[in-house]
Amino acid sequence: MQIKGKVWKFGDHIDTDVIIPARYLNTSDPYELAQHCMEDADPEFAKKVRKGDIIVAGENFGCGSSREHAPIAIKYAGVSCVVAKSFARIFYRNAINTGLPIIEAPDAVERIEEGNELEIFLEKGIIRNLTKKEEYSFEPLPEFMMKLLTSGGLIPFVRKRLQQKGA
Amino acid sequence: MGMTIAEKILAAKAGVSSVKPGELIMAKIDIALANDITAPLAIKAFEEVGAKEVFDPERIALVPDHFTPNKDIKAAQQAKMVREFAYRHSIKWYFEVGRVGIEHALLPEQGIVVPGDLVIGADSHTCTYGALGAFATGVGSTDLGCAIATGEVWLKVPPTIKFVVKGKKQKYVTGKDIILHIIGTIGVDGARYKAMEFAGEVIRELPMDERFTVCNMAIEAGGKTGIIEPDDITKEYVKDRAKREPVFYTSDEDAQYEKVYEMDITDLEPVVALPHLPENVKPVREVNDIEIDQVVIGSCTNGRITDLRQAAEILKGKKVHPRVRLIVIPATQEIWKQAMEEGLFEIFLEAGAAISCPTCGPCLGGHMGILAEGERAVATTNRNFVGRMGHPKSEVYLASPYVAAASAVLGRIAHPDEV
Ligand code: SF4
Repeated sequence: MQIKGKVWKFGDHIDTDVIIPARYLNTSDPYELAQHCMEDADPEFAKKVRKGDIIVAGENFGCGSSREHAPIAIKYAGVSCVVAKSFARIFYRNAINTGLPIIEAPDAVERIEEGNELEIFLEKGIIRNLTKKEEYSFEPLPEFMMKLLTSGGLIPFVRKRLQQKGA
Repeated sequence: MGMTIAEKILAAKAGVSSVKPGELIMAKIDIALANDITAPLAIKAFEEVGAKEVFDPERIALVPDHFTPNKDIKAAQQAKMVREFAYRHSIKWYFEVGRVGIEHALLPEQGIVVPGDLVIGADSHTCTYGALGAFATGVGSTDLGCAIATGEVWLKVPPTIKFVVKGKKQKYVTGKDIILHIIGTIGVDGARYKAMEFAGEVIRELPMDERFTVCNMAIEAGGKTGIIEPDDITKEYVKDRAKREPVFYTSDEDAQYEKVYEMDITDLEPVVALPHLPENVKPVREVNDIEIDQVVIGSCTNGRITDLRQAAEILKGKKVHPRVRLIVIPATQEIWKQAMEEGLFEIFLEAGAAISCPTCGPCLGGHMGILAEGERAVATTNRNFVGRMGHPKSEVYLASPYVAAASAVLGRIAHPDEV
């Protein structure tokens, strides 16, 4: 899986109420959710973000509620990957389960700036900063999670498991 | 090598003799839970995996508590989708308005979750049930949709941090103050990915209702679960409620903890968490000049009978400040009835409070008490994030029912002693 895009940078403890406020949770339509992505941090975000762009953030990204609407809003807003110093546990799980690539890379986050162009190699654990001509490495996901992610999330994985059971 | 209570439950559910932190396991679940916001996505996931039947209709709880009674047409559509799924699959623990309560108050009260269970819920405050000595953790809707198809979930065994809470509680210090104090000490990611085990004489003396409050907010420190070893108080609580046979696990003497915090709370005074993070904890006396517009007493954190009694203790014979709106939300129908029978409603009504039917309502900025721009609320809820109770420029201060009630009377953040 290869990822390339422009960086939108955010701070620490970006919570799920900021990623997708509860006032929009009366729907589960991914495109509608995407229109309000990050709205309480940057009201223009959903309009500005382009397909393939990358969110870079500080500690504890996605803390708060278990709403899967959060990674879904990010994914359908066109974001191809979230790089953070650390992630909240349920968000981390939800991102993998819904097929949104996420990377924990504290050192890289320190160096990356808003607007930088990045190229990311998930399996190899490499981030290339094309703007600053730098390269950072990170710990690739454990094999099980990488498998979930590359097969498109938990659903295809479980579908197969159910079929095997039925057979 | 010894195991913690969390590890013991996970090992039992994975069908192995022992587990270690960091291990990935496939575990069998006892109860799977979703609400009116998370169930619709879970149902989509369930259908997408091609499942025809749920793994066990008696092990699934669907609790429409967030936007119910339906706040608008879209919310009604979502609630309808959940209801139809519940009927189609004969889900045993589906609750309609008039019987529904806030999920994390309702499931223990009805004995649907029992000690020793592994519970996953598509709601982050699922960790509340740890107060019973269960391993309970929040997951997303896809996880839940898959789990109700297979009856299993993949989990990474978390390391455990132990909090030994000692000393003597001062008057008006509650479970809420203790957990806020802990979050204030370790920060909102101080227990990220970890199980938080609460122990020590102070925890042992807390009634069940306050133990639920403590475990409820484990997630606010990033915890995977909060857990308390069951004891006589737990056993008494589940005795006439449990719908299944409970199993009482305890931690081994030689269990391994990643860290042990010893905390003496003798000097702890009632506290409040300032916007916009639950870790911004200050003693009430240091911030008691902040004027407020609204007070909310309710939620899965503090909407139980003990909480309502504490609020009533302060409000008895008093009036809510003319500028303030006090909204009281008993968390379940049973609590509602009990509060009514005990005469608490008379106290609230005389004081000038509004009493709502059980719902999450304003806790997540859903309905029944949304804040306007620039407004401030003291709430017994668990999150004070930006925009949590309404306008992105409104503010939420988290506190115990005692402090919330005192603040409602004085129109500013107030110590219960001041009333
Ligand atoms: S009361 Fe608040 S925190 Fe609890 S389940 Fe409802 S919305 Fe979530």
